[in-house]
Amino acid sequence: MRLLFGSCFALLLAAAVGLGMTWLTISRGVAFGTMTVGAWTAWPKTGSVDIDPYARATIARTGELPLGTGDGVAFYARTDDSGYVLDGRCTFTISGTTPTARYWTLTLYDRSGRLVANTLDRHGFTSTEIVRDTAGRFTISVAPRARPGNWLPTGGIERYVLVWRLYDTPVGVASRTTKQDPMPAVARKACS
Amino acid sequence: MIRALLWILGAVVLGGIVHLATVLAMPRAANQDAYSRLEPVTPANSVVPLAPPTAEASVMPFMDPAFAAAVCRYDLANGIVKLNAPLSQAYTSVTFYTRNSVAYYAIDDRAAGRRAIELDLMTPEQHSQVPEGEDVTAADRLIIESPTRTGLIILRALAPEPGLMPMARRALANAQCRLGPVQ
Repeated sequence: MRLLFGSCFALLLAAAVGLGMTWLTISRGVAFGTMTVGAWTAWPKTGSVDIDPYARATIARTGELPLGTGDGVAFYARTDDSGYVLDGRCTFTISGTTPTARYWTLTLYDRSGRLVANTLDRHGFTSTEIVRDTAGRFTISVAPRARPGNWLPTGGIERYVLVWRLYDTPVGVASRTTKQDPMPAVARKACS
Repeated sequence: MIRALLWILGAVVLGGIVHLATVLAMPRAANQDAYSRLEPVTPANSVVPLAPPTAEASVMPFMDPAFAAAVCRYDLANGIVKLNAPLSQAYTSVTFYTRNSVAYYAIDDRAAGRRAIELDLMTPEQHSQVPEGEDVTAADRLIIESPTRTGLIILRALAPEPGLMPMARRALANAQCRLGPVQ
């Protein structure tokens, strides 16, 4: 009787522990081979055959196709440089310089990877579209209401993800240190 | 007391095994991965343009809206696949994925050179059937080995500005993906 009770308990606990850990790692993402620069994080190995089993499982579940390593590298930001969660009701600015790349694009998604509806039908910028100052630097305002200059509308949603994709770039393939690749700074301004 | 601790220890170890097994099994069990999403809407071995992502609908999550995209869902059961993708004016890339969404090869317009990306895709078995002398031609036709029999080729052309999207789509509309003999 005691043996039966014990084994039943052990099997249930094992199932709970195992499935719980799987659910946690797949939904939160596990940090293997990450490359973090300020607020931006990339997983360069996800776009190659060296992809780790956790990233494979995550991709299989979400249905996305990772950017191939020979194509480019994608950096994701969920917070600003000081750790504030990106909130669509606030204004955030993205400024500075980008690492070497032939082209880059910046796109705003909701947390499940969908584009966000807005009146302008604008979901991001490409490196050729952006307005720069005389020194070649740029500032992008990510805000719910219209701003002069490079305005990226948030549609007022609560949480969003910014994805910076560098195309035809040595980043992630050649570079190992983060100092070589300065990414633009993300800073929180006013909240409405 | 010790007996209870042993039961818990055993359960945790077994839980670890369950965890590893489910993570490894996930790519095979998934029915919403990219290939499964595209299978019902794309014929095998032909280039089909992908609908651009919008706020309402998107074939896959996290698609780059600055790109025009097309897919060739390949099946190498009856021969090799010959891919020809003309270059657009800006940036063009071709990425190869296995059945389980692993990107095993990617090439962009600069690496391809000339005016089109031309590739032969085959399984390692088919590659070994290619006669020795034929390798001379490999210089002008790149041969790619697919780790799986089926998979996805994603062709993408950048529209640097929204107004250039029709140009990017036209470039992809001329891309071809067709079944060829193993030889």
